[in-house]
Amino acid sequence: MADVAEKPTRPRKKKRRRLSRHQEQRRRLLRAGLVTAGLVLLQPLAFMPLVRRWQQRLRPPGALDERAFLAACIKCGQCVQVCPVEAIVLADMDDGLGTGVPFIDARSQACDFSCDALSCILACPTGALSHDLAAKEEVEAGLARLARPEQCLARQGKGFRGPVRDAGFRGRLRYEQVDRWNPIQVRDHPYDRDPCDLCVLECPIGEAAIQLVAFPTEDGGQAWTPQVLDGCVGCGVCEMICPPEPAAIVIEPRAKPTPRLEALES
Amino acid sequence: MGFLDGMAMMFGRAPRKPTEISEAAEILHGRKRRAHVTQLLEEARAHPPGSTWRNRRWAVLIGVNLLFTLSFWLDIQIVEGSLTASRFLGFHLADIYSSLLVMLAQRHVAVNLVIGMVTVLVMWGVIGGRAFCSWVCPYHFVAELAEKLHTRLADRGIVQDHVLHRGVRTVLWVGFALLALLTGHTLFLTLNPIGILSRAVVYGPSLALLWVLLLLVFEIVYSRRGWCRYVCPIGLTYGVIGAGAPVRVVYSLERCAHEGDCRKVCEVPHVLDLTIKGRAEDANVDIGPDCTRCGMCVDICPTDSLDYEIKGLRNLL
Repeated sequence: MADVAEKPTRPRKKKRRRLSRHQEQRRRLLRAGLVTAGLVLLQPLAFMPLVRRWQQRLRPPGALDERAFLAACIKCGQCVQVCPVEAIVLADMDDGLGTGVPFIDARSQACDFSCDALSCILACPTGALSHDLAAKEEVEAGLARLARPEQCLARQGKGFRGPVRDAGFRGRLRYEQVDRWNPIQVRDHPYDRDPCDLCVLECPIGEAAIQLVAFPTEDGGQAWTPQVLDGCVGCGVCEMICPPEPAAIVIEPRAKPTPRLEALES
Repeated sequence: MGFLDGMAMMFGRAPRKPTEISEAAEILHGRKRRAHVTQLLEEARAHPPGSTWRNRRWAVLIGVNLLFTLSFWLDIQIVEGSLTASRFLGFHLADIYSSLLVMLAQRHVAVNLVIGMVTVLVMWGVIGGRAFCSWVCPYHFVAELAEKLHTRLADRGIVQDHVLHRGVRTVLWVGFALLALLTGHTLFLTLNPIGILSRAVVYGPSLALLWVLLLLVFEIVYSRRGWCRYVCPIGLTYGVIGAGAPVRVVYSLERCAHEGDCRKVCEVPHVLDLTIKGRAEDANVDIGPDCTRCGMCVDICPTDSLDYEIKGLRNLL
């Protein structure tokens, strides 16, 4: 109760020492200096996600080399808006370097070139997605790799029947035989292939990028393995469509030298 | 107030007392005895402060940002992108400071960005640079709400506004640009609350909003409108490009009661320094380039001494 008695009943107004004009000005300058120092020290925080997750993301088609790309991207998201399958998403603070910079998570939604025109490149106002590209065959986003051969159905001599991925999968793909213009949900398009050759079947580039090669098994039978060729652009459709979980085939981002970056470094 | 004076004040110089006062202004200043001022305020009591311009402004601000959202979600494609760079009906628009940082980091001039920058320059050069801040910027909107909270708490003595030297904004403008040039990363764009909010409005919420929240907390508990007043290089850039804009707020000395209500609501009160008794150097004075054309002073002024004006329009009509 003693505490209550001590408290003033009215809202207390702190008595402030009157500062001279000079003192006040000095304080303003000091605070300004502190805020400047604080903000400059905060800048390296931009690299924090890099420390947490040191992995290079798969960038949209036409992306410059990673360093030049991060420098050039203005983080507007126009590439996100034009993509018909919404393959491109913007990175959050915990998605690798560069908040607001676009990347593609191929397993969730790959780029299937259903725009036919590299719309994201056309949309990019800064050239972070290089306008030098004219056709999907020229893209060098990443490179497919059979990262988990033990998962591959074809290598086990197995076929695949039914819808790929689980029932909640929201990925889309354009099937020319179903609808030339509009991509549909992958889960609405069941397959029946023996042996499983979905990565080859759905590759937007075709036989220049991936093929199925037969090999004899130890027990005298025959099995198949996907072989990635020079034509692979790294769109990620094979990774998205690969039925086992986790996928046998994955896309790895491709480091590529760009003339602009070389000029920067020399 | 001269053009250069206005610029210097925007870059951080403290407002000064005028050296020369026009004859017309001298006469008006001379009339402002206590009795006259009391009479002016008596007359003013008949019309209470409104919120007309604030309502119009909020409607425009929400409308513009909603247009960005709907362009994406309903695919109506009117303004695609976000506030750092977009296309309006296919025409490039690019925020000038953000584009500058990108070009410095990349050491490369992108033609589309230049086109977008010039479009923005012309557009806001006419409407009045920092009008972008109060009529479009989503951070300005949330900061206004935070400011309400700040002033309420300050009235009760719970928090206190800490004033900073305004030159800090100019220093940071140069600093962020230098950092982009030296590191090759547009570091400021990572911290830019306008970009973060604009992207959140269009593409959905992100963790980066926590940073925006932190800034708002800073403004509520430590420094009123801290980001907009002392930090935002984007605001400073718009201030510069709108320095000669025909759309501006004009002060008329004649009926001003010098009670100072306008300076209490202003985001950048130094531009209203000329409303202090004896400071106006002419009977009618344009408010300086740092003014965001938000209209808070127009709404609150009891004597209608502050109003919007479009230069040259009167002569034209």
